[in-house]
Amino acid sequence: MRRAMNIAPGRGTRLLLALLPFLILACIYVLGSAERRAANPGDKLLPPVAEMADTATRLATEPDRRTGEITLVADTAASLQRLVIGLAVATLIGLAFGTALGILPLADATLGPVVAVVSMIPPMALLPILFIVFGLGELSKVVLIVIGIAPFLVRDLAMSVGAIPREQLIKAQTLGASTWQTVLRVVLPQVLPRLIEALRLSLGPAFLFLISSEAIAADSGLGYRIFLVRRYLAMDVILPYVAWITLLAFLMDLALSRLARGAFGWAYDGGRR
Amino acid sequence: MSAIAVRDLWVEYGDQIVLEAINLDIASGAFVTIVGPSGCGKSTFLRLVLGQERPSRGRLLLDGTPLPDEPGPDRGIVFQRYSVFPHLTVLGNVLAGFEFAGSPALGRLFGAARRRAVEDSEALLDAVGLAAHRDKHPSALSGGMQQRLAIAQALAKRPKVLLLDEPFGALDPGTRLQMHALLTPLWRQHGMTVVMVTHDLKEAFGLGTRLLAFDKLRHDPQAPGRYGARVTYDLDLTRRRPAPIAPAPPPAGPDAEALLPIPQGAMP
Repeated sequence: MRRAMNIAPGRGTRLLLALLPFLILACIYVLGSAERRAANPGDKLLPPVAEMADTATRLATEPDRRTGEITLVADTAASLQRLVIGLAVATLIGLAFGTALGILPLADATLGPVVAVVSMIPPMALLPILFIVFGLGELSKVVLIVIGIAPFLVRDLAMSVGAIPREQLIKAQTLGASTWQTVLRVVLPQVLPRLIEALRLSLGPAFLFLISSEAIAADSGLGYRIFLVRRYLAMDVILPYVAWITLLAFLMDLALSRLARGAFGWAYDGGRR
Repeated sequence: MSAIAVRDLWVEYGDQIVLEAINLDIASGAFVTIVGPSGCGKSTFLRLVLGQERPSRGRLLLDGTPLPDEPGPDRGIVFQRYSVFPHLTVLGNVLAGFEFAGSPALGRLFGAARRRAVEDSEALLDAVGLAAHRDKHPSALSGGMQQRLAIAQALAKRPKVLLLDEPFGALDPGTRLQMHALLTPLWRQHGMTVVMVTHDLKEAFGLGTRLLAFDKLRHDPQAPGRYGARVTYDLDLTRRRPAPIAPAPPPAGPDAEALLPIPQGAMP
């Protein structure tokens, strides 16, 4: 018998093993739902799958009677707009400040401590201030996402820049590169894969801040919807919405991962398990 | 011309003295090899010439003018590791030197300027035997090929001084011999002053026109950092054979093999 750490599944086995936990969870849900329905036909806590599918189809295809928009589409568009703008701004801040902090000792001495302190502020504690300063509109939600993840991106990127072997920066200088050229041709290309990885790790927090701010004050959005229908115990809306949000986050993560491997293949040649 | 003069050079880290009272004159076009025990300051000396570190006292002169206190294109370097850029292809690594000089804002060349730079780069790659691998990334190259690429990259700037910090230390003996055979003609052809730090005595005697041994002359067991290293041996190796090194007759014994340049045909 080989050691457990040396037993690796084949392709087919791997797929089966991956599906197994999902199947078990689905079975538990279906059985639980049927059980509760049998005991109480009016149960709202675990709606049957068919009922959820009906509701989801209605939300995804029929226009809302009041607004005339398709609810799921409008909610998704509103939320994704906030999320993407927030992520984009945070990425730009992370890239600019992270690189500066990593490569310029003067920038690190000036901004390093303040970034370290700012990144310790719980972003949710700032939400009331954001609502007061920026109002209840889109801006405060975007700013919350930016404040929530930009400090992490800055620090992570500064560390990645710091992890570039000193030899390479020296080599660039002996090839006649200025600071700017070193950043452009040596530092940035090497930290971009890591920036994408950091962005992937930030997707979770970004969604957290998005849903939170939507739950507190919004008139559209995925988070707004699930907190709205909570009042009616509408699990048939909440559960499909949660599944949809999860799917969106998963697809974004997958797309970023593909992008990193496609655009920066050299960073993934061997080495990693 | 590229003569290096060292005047009363001291390097101290806190109360630890690394190098003390170094005085040297390195002639233009010399191939100086530096040997010595670990921690004797030979790499520190190389970093001083490179401009990566500054002396605590004393002066370093290149052709009579003080060396700039940061690395620059007049001094090329090949490190033992991390010398090439992993995100660039073999060609891109050599091209980078031309692109930095020709494009201050973007660090990239386009059109005719790029074609000229590519031609020059390919000539250099040809000289180190990497022409066939121009589109590979360094991760796809062996250790010896990566070091050859690092040499080609450094030569792109036509440096006055080429600094080698144990460049072949991580290579197997056979590859090392190939690298020696490659380096000697390049040095002669480019007319550079070469300063090479090595742990390999055979290499030091075989390649250099002058050998410097760094070591501590005095030692205080109670305060190991009290005394720094000095130049303990300064051997002129040109008396053993004419300099610059001419193609030598085949060596007599197996022991002498490493001391003499390998014929060009020995390259793969």
